[in-house]
Amino acid sequence: MYWRTFKWAAWLGWEMDSNWTEPALFLLYSVIKPIAGAFILVLMYLVFAAIGNFRDPAMFSFIYVGNAFFIFVGSTLFGTFQVIQSDREWYQTIRYIYVSPISYYTYIVGRAASKVAVAALAVVITIAFGAAFLDVGLHIDAGEVPMFLVTLVLGLFCLISIGICLAGISFLTARHTHGLAEGIPGIFYVFCGVLFPLTTLPAWAADFGRAIPLTYWFDITRRLLLPANNIDTGLSFFNDAEILALLLASSLAFFILSVLIFKGAEYLARKAGKIDMLTSY
Amino acid sequence: MSAATVTKRVASRIPHRIKLNLQAIVGRAYPRIIGANREPSWIFFEAVLPLLGIAAYVFIYQAIGDRAVAAILQATSTAPWGMCGDHACANAAEQAAYLSATQANVNALIGSVVLGGTMIAFWLNVLWSMASQLYWEKEIGNLQLYMMAPMSRMALLGGMAIGGMFMTSVRAVTTLVVGVLVFSVVLQLTNPLLLLAVFFVTLIALYGMGMMLASLYLLYGREAWNLSSLLEEPIFFTSGFYFPAGGFASPQFGGLGRAILTFATFIPATLGLDAMRQLIFPGAWGGKFWIFSPDVEFGILILLAVAFLILARSALAYLEMLARREGRLTSRHQ
Repeated sequence: MYWRTFKWAAWLGWEMDSNWTEPALFLLYSVIKPIAGAFILVLMYLVFAAIGNFRDPAMFSFIYVGNAFFIFVGSTLFGTFQVIQSDREWYQTIRYIYVSPISYYTYIVGRAASKVAVAALAVVITIAFGAAFLDVGLHIDAGEVPMFLVTLVLGLFCLISIGICLAGISFLTARHTHGLAEGIPGIFYVFCGVLFPLTTLPAWAADFGRAIPLTYWFDITRRLLLPANNIDTGLSFFNDAEILALLLASSLAFFILSVLIFKGAEYLARKAGKIDMLTSY
Repeated sequence: MSAATVTKRVASRIPHRIKLNLQAIVGRAYPRIIGANREPSWIFFEAVLPLLGIAAYVFIYQAIGDRAVAAILQATSTAPWGMCGDHACANAAEQAAYLSATQANVNALIGSVVLGGTMIAFWLNVLWSMASQLYWEKEIGNLQLYMMAPMSRMALLGGMAIGGMFMTSVRAVTTLVVGVLVFSVVLQLTNPLLLLAVFFVTLIALYGMGMMLASLYLLYGREAWNLSSLLEEPIFFTSGFYFPAGGFASPQFGGLGRAILTFATFIPATLGLDAMRQLIFPGAWGGKFWIFSPDVEFGILILLAVAFLILARSALAYLEMLARREGRLTSRHQ
């Protein structure tokens, strides 16, 4: 039952995302945004380099790879927690889906799958473009590929869990999805060392960043993809295995939290009659 | 009926039409000026959250700047006075001068990010609350009511624009003030009157562009949402919201950079931001990244404002007719 729910929800998500245009144009739309986002960073770096005659390829690669993997964050989170809002307010189909004999939790994960797939394509294109044309110094050891795949799966698992937590909350909120869509990734953007080392942040902010599992995902991803460098990330005292263990533990914690929050919010929404409320998004 | 009678009757209707359209402007602006501020959650969602995005870009410059400063201060056997860019500093005086210049440049870049991040609020408002607005109205069933009402559609768009400008200005000023204070940006205001003039003309040109896009979006279904989404990062990039757009004219970007810059000058935010940065950070980066002088940019912005308003009126009339003919005015969830 779970697999069938996931499969058809993923198909539905893909159709809803992409059938407004031709597949090729949809893919173009999907990759232009993240690549333009990467170009902003490229220009910021180049302008700084031109002003001060200062070049720092290690820092540039650090920023570029972090930004590329951040594509997953926005897409996965938005893909997950916008489901309730769009089904409830926009298409007004939530009551029909909700009363069908499926796991609504699995349905949401399935709906997010198409966004994760498109994000994966955008990440690959961004990384490949950087390596081919912008001298982003990738250094991938074949022996570390399995570990990279494990961290990728754990990172996405963690992201989907966070997205489900927010989806649960959106059962109870009115039309704040867009605010959440900007705000939550914005918090991760600043505090997780995505674009700059944690050491750049004030001490309290760096400590806050260390409490977010995604910080460890970005750090280990860069350790596995980039050559060794002299950037002080603020996490140097952990070795790779410790980082992976922290990521695993926090991903499991967020999964349990997502189930609790989702079920709790669902119960409260049913009790208050909010499952299919309309707030004129 | 004689021509004189017709003329007299038409003339007698003019005060009524003016009053009607002014009422439409006020009526459409009201929910954005009064209604939008009734829910205090905007302070968090629209004034505080944008600071996160700004903070991320500020910290990038801070991080690169910290490493540049570390390189300047780090003495090695080959560079006893540290590195001044791509060469070793000759003496302590050069090292100190280079350090001071680097810190000033980082401050100007951080200030540029705060200013650009603030202006992003206006661009997003133009995209999502002007350009896409008629699409939203169609989705929730209001568009047909607007089309049946007797006022000019330009009055409707004008009301949306005035309301949007006010609403976004309140949010943007909050973000700007907090951003300047939090990131300790040092401002050197040279010509406040010209700065205000540039700001308001930029807004008029931007919202004129939004009015034009709103009419184009009349034909769209879900493409409107995707198109607006597509016009975010690519425009942040081409218009230089987070870096001086004049960087595109650097020799390293060649013809492609100049082509991008030429395209970007048709988006009012590009020249508006460049002029405002020149007026707030005069002499930053040795002046090598400015596009034109503030006076010239002000003149171009006036032309853009007039052109977009005229185009908006023509496009609205044509595309409304086309949307009626193709039966797209009331079709939802396309």
